[in-house]
This record gives sequence, C-alpha cells and structure tokens, in this order.
Amino acid sequence: MTTILLTINSQQRTIEAPPMKRLLDVLREDLNLTGAKEGCGEGECGSCSVLMNGDLVNSCLVPVLQAEGAHITTIEGLASQLAEGKKLHPIQQCFLEQGGAQCGICTPGMILATYHLLEKYTQPTLLQIQEGLSGNLCRCTGYTRIFNAIRAAALAGVAE
Amino acid sequence: MSSSPQIVGSSPIRKEGTAKVLGHAQYVDDITLPGMWFGATVRSSIPRGRITSITFDPAIPWDEFTIVSAADIPGENCIVHLAKDHPCLAVTHVNHAEEPILLLAHPNRSVLPAAVAAVRITYEELPAIYTIEDSEKKEEVIWGEGEQANTFKTYLMQKNQQPIPQEIWDTADFIVEGEYRTGAQEQLYIENNGVIAEYNAETGVTVRASMQCPFYVVHALELVFNLPAEKCRVIQTETGGAFGGKEDFPSVIGSHAALLAMKSGHPVKLCYDRAEDMAATTKRHPSRTRHRTAVSKEGKLLAGEIDFAIDGGAYATLSPVVLSRGTIHAPGPYHWPYITVRAKAMATNIPPHGAFRGFGAPQSIFALERHMNKIAKVVGLTPEELRRRNFLTTGGHTATGQLLKDPVDMQHLLTRALEESNYHAKREQFDRENPTSIIKRGIGFATFFHGAGFTGSGERRLNSLVEIELTPEGQPRLLVSSTEFGQGTNTILCQVAAQTLRLPYNQIVIAQPDTGQVPNSGPTVASRTAMVVGKLVERAAQSLCVTLVSSGHLNHDYTPKDFRRAAVHYLAEFGTLKAEARYQSPGDIFWDDENYRGEAYPAYAWAVYVAEVAVNTTTYAASVTNFYALQEVGKVLHPILAAGQIEGGVAQGIGYALYEKCLWRNGHLTNNQMTNYIMPTSADVPPIHVTFEEIPSPHGAFGAKGIGELPMDGPAPAILNAIEHATNIAFTEIPLLPEDIFERMTKVPDAGTESLDPTIAGPIFSEATA
Repeated sequence: MTTILLTINSQQRTIEAPPMKRLLDVLREDLNLTGAKEGCGEGECGSCSVLMNGDLVNSCLVPVLQAEGAHITTIEGLASQLAEGKKLHPIQQCFLEQGGAQCGICTPGMILATYHLLEKYTQPTLLQIQEGLSGNLCRCTGYTRIFNAIRAAALAGVAE
Repeated sequence: MSSSPQIVGSSPIRKEGTAKVLGHAQYVDDITLPGMWFGATVRSSIPRGRITSITFDPAIPWDEFTIVSAADIPGENCIVHLAKDHPCLAVTHVNHAEEPILLLAHPNRSVLPAAVAAVRITYEELPAIYTIEDSEKKEEVIWGEGEQANTFKTYLMQKNQQPIPQEIWDTADFIVEGEYRTGAQEQLYIENNGVIAEYNAETGVTVRASMQCPFYVVHALELVFNLPAEKCRVIQTETGGAFGGKEDFPSVIGSHAALLAMKSGHPVKLCYDRAEDMAATTKRHPSRTRHRTAVSKEGKLLAGEIDFAIDGGAYATLSPVVLSRGTIHAPGPYHWPYITVRAKAMATNIPPHGAFRGFGAPQSIFALERHMNKIAKVVGLTPEELRRRNFLTTGGHTATGQLLKDPVDMQHLLTRALEESNYHAKREQFDRENPTSIIKRGIGFATFFHGAGFTGSGERRLNSLVEIELTPEGQPRLLVSSTEFGQGTNTILCQVAAQTLRLPYNQIVIAQPDTGQVPNSGPTVASRTAMVVGKLVERAAQSLCVTLVSSGHLNHDYTPKDFRRAAVHYLAEFGTLKAEARYQSPGDIFWDDENYRGEAYPAYAWAVYVAEVAVNTTTYAASVTNFYALQEVGKVLHPILAAGQIEGGVAQGIGYALYEKCLWRNGHLTNNQMTNYIMPTSADVPPIHVTFEEIPSPHGAFGAKGIGELPMDGPAPAILNAIEHATNIAFTEIPLLPEDIFERMTKVPDAGTESLDPTIAGPIFSEATA
C-alpha cells in the first residue's frame, strides 16, 4: 500500500492503495465516484475518461501512483452544487437538449472529452470535433447528435 | 375541454437524461450491496469434446471460494429460450469454446482471474464444425438427429402455397442467380453484460441486471431454481446499450449469478470484462443467401427462389425466430407472382448466435438488395427503374399473402430520396470523374421494409399487459416491463400518457422495471415498444381518465391542477387506483404458422437509404462519405429520439458493411477486443441526413409504427451498391475490408472493368432463352 495525495474535483484526498491500482478503480471503489465507466479496460473506448491536470486521460490506463499530486476532474465535478441541487454545466445541458445521450454509458467520458476539446478550440470545426472525440466510442448515436451538442455548447461560449 | 399542448411529436427532455449527463445513473457495476461477493466463470478451452477431468491447483486457497457446478442446480440444468437444449452449465460434454462449466465466487474481485486459470480441465476432443457448409454435410452431427440433424429450424414459405411452375423457368427471358454472405457482428454495447443476484430461502431469487427483457429472465430462473414465478424477482438496472445483445443472454448470466448467491449465502455480482463478453456472448447470425430469379425483358419479376441459411452456433437459443424474420423479409418490398423461400438455421460449434437489431432481416435484405442490382444489370435497366417496375403497392399482397391495406408509396419514397440525395447528378459526376481519379466515388441505394412487432401470432401469445397507477401525490405512474436502454422507451411512453391524459409531460412518471411491481408488457424487442406497448399505454390512460371522471372527482374539462386534485381525492376515498390495458389482437390479423401465411406483422416501416462512398485505389479502403435515410414509420412520436435511432442504426450498418469482422480460430473469437474488432468512431461516420414521411398507422399509439430495427437493414446493401458503382466490381459479401477490395482489384488483370464482372460474364448468370 502507498499513500497518494491528489485533488479530485477541487477536494484534496488521501488514498491508501497499491501503487499500480488503476485510477479508474480508485475513483469507483475507494471514492465511490462511479461516473467513470469501464468499457474495455485497455484505453480504446474512452468511457473512463477523466481530466488529469487538464489533459484528457483514460483512467483505466493510469496507475494511481502516476496521479500523485495531480488535479483530477470527473463527471461528478462538472455540475455546480447549488443549495437547491445540481446545476448542469452548459455542456451537460446541451447533451441533454440535443439528444447527445442515449444509453448514457459513454456520456460522462464524452462530456469530459468535449470539455477538453472546447478548452482547446472555442469554435471547433467538424473535423476538430471528430478528431477530438475519436478516442471515445459511442454505439448508440452514430455521433451525429453528440456533434450537435458540442456545436451548441460552443455557441453558448462554454470556454469563456 | 381545455386545449392541450401537442406533446406527441415534440421533443421533450429524455426522462432519465439528467441522471445520465450528471454521471449519477446507476448501472449494474455501479451498485454495491452489503456483504456482496464477486463471481467468475470457468469456461471450455475447446470447441467440442468430452470432459475427462477437472482438478484444482492446490496453490489456490479454495476454501475461501464458492464453487458451483451443474450438480448444484436445484431445478433443470437448462437455459430455456424456445427449446430446452442449452445447458446452464456443461456436465459431460462441451459444444462450443467458452462454454460455462463451473462458477466461482469470492469476496475479493481481484483474486478471481488467477483462480479461474487454476482450474484445470482435460478433454477428449471431438471433431468440430464451424461453417454452414460443414453443418449441411452432416458428417459430424453436433445437434439433433435424423431430419433435424444439425438443423435448429427450417421454413418453407411459398406465396399462395404454390410451387413455382416449371413453365416460368422455361419461358423467362432471364434467369439470374447469385449467392450472398454476411458475417457475424458483435453488438458491442459499451456496458458489458452484468448482474447482481441475491438468494433467500423464503423469498427466492432476486436478480438486478443490465437487460432488455425482465420476464425472460424470470422464466429462465423458474426452471433453473424450480421456483414459482413470484419467487423469481428481476429488476432492470440502467442499461448501457443492448441492441439485442441483452435479450437472451441475461438469462444465462442471471442464472449463473443466482446459483453463486444461493450457494455462497451472499449477494454476488457477476460482470464480464470486454474480452469475456465478446468471446462468450451472442452475436448476429452469419448468413448465406442464394437467389434464383426469373425476370422478363421488361424487368418484371416473374418468380424467385431464395435459399436462406443462417449459422446459429451451438444451441438453438433464438435462432428459429431470427430465421423467421429473415425469411419473411427475404422477398423485400416487391411484388412476386411466385416466390419460394427455403430457410434453415444450422448448428455449428461456435458460441450461440442470438438477437441483434434487425434479427435476421439485415441478412436477407442485404442479399436481395444486392441481387436486385444484379438483375437490373442483366436486364439492362437502372437499379431505380427495375425497382420501380416491381414495388409493392397499397392493395398488393406480400409473400405471405398479406393484403397491404395501409397506404404504401415506395415510388414516392424513392423519388424523394433520390432528389434529396441529388442521386442522378452525383451518379453522372462520379462517372465523369472516376476514370481520371485515384479516389473512385460511387452512389447507391437500397429500398426495403421492416415489420413492426412480434412475427406472426407472437403478439397474441405475449398477451401483454400495461398498468397505470396514481402516486400518493396524484401523478400517473406507468407500470410496464418495457425497458429503457437508450432508445427512449421511458420518454415516448410518458409522452403518450401525457398526451392521452392532457397533462404536462413532466407530470407523468414511469417505474423502473421490477417484475415484483410491473406487469408483463412483453420483451423490449422487435420494434414493438412504440407501436404495441405505446398503444396499451394510451388505452390504460384512457381507462384511468374514465375511472376518475365516473367517480365524480373529475370533470371532462380539466386542467392539470384539477387532475392532481381529483387524483388525491380519489386516493383518499378508495386507497389506490390502477388502470390497465391488455393486448387485443386487431380483428383483421390472422397468421397461419403451419403454412407461413397471413398477416406477418400488423404494420411495416418503409424506407429508401442512399449511400455515397469513396474507394481509395492506393489503400483499397472504402469509406462512406455521405448518407441519406428516408423512412415512413407512421407518426414520429419524438423527432430527436427518432432521428437518433436512425443515425445510430446507420452507424452500426456502416460498421456491419465495412469494418466489423469476427475472426474465428478453432471456434474461438480471436479479436475479442475493441483494439482489433473495429467499430465506427466519430471520425468514420459521414453526415447522416435523416428524413421522415409520416403516415399515421391505425395500429400504434397516435399512429406510431416501429423504428428501432429498420435502420440496420438498409446501409450495408446501399453501401455495396455504391461501391459497385465506384469500382464496377460486384461484391457479394460483408464485411468488405480493404484486403477484400485489394484482392478483387489486383488479382486479375484489368480488374475493375465491367468485362470481368461475373454478374455479367461469369458462370452465375445464365440466360434462359437465347
């Protein structure tokens, strides 16, 4: 067991875990943050995507040791907490309104990939959107409505 | 009567959408029960043989584990679908690779892989068969005997119960023959199959799972545990994609987890990882279709003989019904004076194939829509003109003799789709540009139909029931076993109830399917939810309203506020209110299972899909560059969800045609990873233009017909028709990978020219009259 210090969704956490334990398992098992999903366990599907120091990573490929001192954002950290409940982040709102989520299993990863994309390009072209999401697989939508959601989020000026 | 907003036909927010975008939705692997253990499956390493010994490596502390074998099964060692041939756990013999033999459970998930590997099983291997052809030879009989040897099911479908007169073959201007093949396809839902089971000696079995059909699992548990249905409780958890892959398989994994729970005395979670899910669970049936068609020189279809064979894998599972849908769709949306379809589902030593969106129809429609282009070429007509001369029309009869009473206008659909896709101009443009271009472009289309609801007498047998109750707050709450797995069940059923009750959409709630609470409204399959279950929701809502009005608590002319007040008053007076509606077969629907005759489906969706492709003659890769999907599906209940269904189906169809290939070696799937089984990514999908023609159907809720499976049927043949336009090569098999294109374009000199195309010059096409 190793002691790991990291910041998750703006909160400092101390984790006792085997150093090679996957960040995905630490999030899901030790911290009960189950928004990151395991689809393939080999970095192909992107449903375990989280932001680590601002980079989009597959948390199934990150040993927790590597996350020492890192700032991690998961889907649970995107919406803002208000007294009356969660207020959706504009990207979440756009996925909801545009039909960007069907079964929902890829959605947390897709939304974080979108967040990352819109930080890089505030008004992405279709090609930039397609490339930005190519590490996140969706079997339900054919991606079309996810593209629409991202365009709507870009128009809403999410990155500003 | 107060004016009510139009809820059906608008696009309200998906009911469970907020939980999904927040990451709060609870899928099965997100759930932990107190004292929960974890399960794993020990599987056969060979495709066929006799088990000679099982030993346990002493390096593992086996006393910490629960080990289940077939001897622990309290009821029958059988997973019941349609036949009782499928063991829950293998005992003496195995019939496919990855067949379950033992189950293990342990409190610590991470120790299970090593324990599975430490169970040593020896076998006496028997010869295995892997193809439809080997199965047909019957040299090795792996299933059944006599007439049924290696054969799960056969059908003979003849229009008007008449064989094709020899005279037709003797006098036809052309006889066109062709053979077409489709491969297995993995559903590849992003959430793998998974369950959590609990067992209690008094109350029985409880299974929570990712699934489509809770009552199928109840049925399976009753047999395995020898318990009455009321002691087999099944709860659907949020389901991360299904596409048919969670129709029959949850009965297997659910029974396994429940056996482990019973023996260990703990709740047991059994969730497959991707490699196990892909290697061991069902796929789309591979198929071979042979066409022999008599045609006049005017391009009229005179008679067709279709031999349709599917590979069912090692056990029957759902193969007979997959074969049935494939058989009925094999003649397509065309008028055939005579048609004979001979169909069979064959056994091989491959893990059982099962349900996948389209359910046999994508296979037989692929064959027909490729064959129609071949016929056109032989006769000397355009693909468009040949189809126009043979479309079914209102008042026509399908191959099963079904009279088409509802309006059908394929001529108009074709005209509109070709206009919207600018088909003719593009065809000319590509013809002009291709000779001097490294990238060969093409445009092609497919015209097709898809039946909504269970085949034949299926809906009558299902006898579905829907209930609506009032919550203590006076909100209508829908009780159905229809499951949400992304396609929008929750949302559209609430829209139907809201519209019927003239209440706001957000005032309707829907219960999570739990067989302890909801009635059996049938499985969530077969493009039946909007049409069949939707109609029942509409009727139950009407009944609820009538009860409230006749109780005196509600006037005919009410506001949502009045409704809620009346509901609360009614509950105060009577305690509860539950309205119900049971399926009633429309009076004019009859089906003769024996002769394959009658109303095969209450309604059909009709469609024309147009694909544009580019074939790179340097890399031999084909890609879809643009796609137009026009369909008539009755009333569109929710435009955003409906278009999302079509777009998703088209993407799966692109994968089916160009990317997704199952590679088998000795009966094992060797590419059981997302790394080497290639599904379309965001970079692979073209712009998909979805349009609807809306002709309300009398059978469905507010005129809706089925939509879920339809978009799986058209893409593959449209894409290969476009590739034929681009390359002048008539490919007959999917998936069509770059290496297949390379093979055909480079193997023979002058490849890619019309003269070498066997559709014209080869031995397959023969002219009957000189």
